Amino acid sequence: MRKLIERQRNILDFTLSSLLRRKGKNSALLLVYTGTIFILASVLFLTGALRREAALVLEAAPDIVVQRTMAGRYQPIPLAYAEEIGRIRGVASVWPRLWGYHYDAAFRANYTLMAQVESPPERGTIRIGSGISRMRGARRGDIIALPGHDGQSRSFTVGQVLDHRSQLLSSDLMLLSEKDYRDFSGFPTDRATDLAVRVRNPREQSTVAEKISRMYPDTRPIMRTEILRTYDAVFGWRSGVVMLSFCGAALAFGIFAWDKATGLSAEERKEIGILKAVGWETSDILLMKGWEGMVISLTAFLGGILLAYAHVFLASSILFAPVLKGWSILYPEFRLSPLLDVGQLATLFFLTVVPYTVTTIVPSWRIATVDPDSVMR
Amino acid sequence: MPLRPSTICLGTILALSVLLAGVLLKGSLPGEQGGPDLQQKRALVRALELTDLCLFTEASYTRHLSMSDLSTPFQDSPASLEHFPTGALAAPPDLLVKRYAETD
Repeated sequence: MRKLIERQRNILDFTLSSLLRRKGKNSALLLVYTGTIFILASVLFLTGALRREAALVLEAAPDIVVQRTMAGRYQPIPLAYAEEIGRIRGVASVWPRLWGYHYDAAFRANYTLMAQVESPPERGTIRIGSGISRMRGARRGDIIALPGHDGQSRSFTVGQVLDHRSQLLSSDLMLLSEKDYRDFSGFPTDRATDLAVRVRNPREQSTVAEKISRMYPDTRPIMRTEILRTYDAVFGWRSGVVMLSFCGAALAFGIFAWDKATGLSAEERKEIGILKAVGWETSDILLMKGWEGMVISLTAFLGGILLAYAHVFLASSILFAPVLKGWSILYPEFRLSPLLDVGQLATLFFLTVVPYTVTTIVPSWRIATVDPDSVMR
Repeated sequence: MPLRPSTICLGTILALSVLLAGVLLKGSLPGEQGGPDLQQKRALVRALELTDLCLFTEASYTRHLSMSDLSTPFQDSPASLEHFPTGALAAPPDLLVKRYAETD
């Protein structure tokens, strides 16, 4: 056993010294390989964590949201609908939601304005998300003036800045009392933006949604399961961001594999020829090439994964921020729960380490089985 | 006695593997899976009846992905193209595409 380990270590020592002889080329290879895995893993970790966060947090979302449409466009929904929907058997509660957007031309940012029903702020007072607070430098007690629907400016006192830990949900939120919201936005008193419906028995949700559709054909009920599915699909493997990174990585690995599979450099062929001439067997050469592939790909894999972990969970995906932000001025600085999916890691391993190691061994085997004299010529 | 290259190499790979195992274990600890933060976020969702994550605030249909429709991204004029960058990252919800496909 000891002899076997010593033999492997000797071959590994030789492999490493051979790699160090081509220091520049192998360092560049390791860097590109690590970078590719880093990007791929970062995307997988980020999208996985966002999907998980959405699934856990939005479990508390309304069972059904009822929107009203006219000619394919959303319209405010009459409050009378809420009363009728509330009478459907199995419906626990119906809350009219009052919310909308406000574009702040001074900061070029979009806010989500919302009337808070439970324990609303006092009139003339607002609660703001920490994103708005950070962007405007607004603290508790400060006054924010915004132009209302009639062009008249309205001043609100910041009563509270929402906890920064909930930024992923509330970064751009501005919470007002119902009266302030209606006065600010000009929303009619008998209308709401949409209705949030809670159903007693979860198994009855689709039946209630069907009844709502039948009762009011101009409405569009959105069930919580559909909300959750939306986030699952948006950050799923078929989504734009994942697909794009997979294509880039597939192309990079394609180039790697092509480079390796089309043959070795003259120097490497000569090295194999010399080793065969001095008495190395084909199996020793394959072992050496196997170690070479494993050392490079394992180091790149482990390094890339750990760097991606630090990037996504410790540095809030700072490199992806420009892509994710788009034209958004308000962007949440969120920390995601660091949970790695073992299945994802295994897939990444088999898609990167295994093919690379194989493509290192195959051309060497082809050269190693040829007569050393002809290889060295 | 200087260390053999194989010792340094295997040591590095082992250290990185231990780090990865630690990271995997850390993620599976109960305190790391949301914990009080998660409860707080859920309470906020429940209290305000929220439906979406605040990820892309540049346009209404990307801010509230689950509440969006297919016409909003193209509303500027009949032949206009959707022009917000995050539209390329976040495709319309599946259910919406299916619903519209059914009526086509």
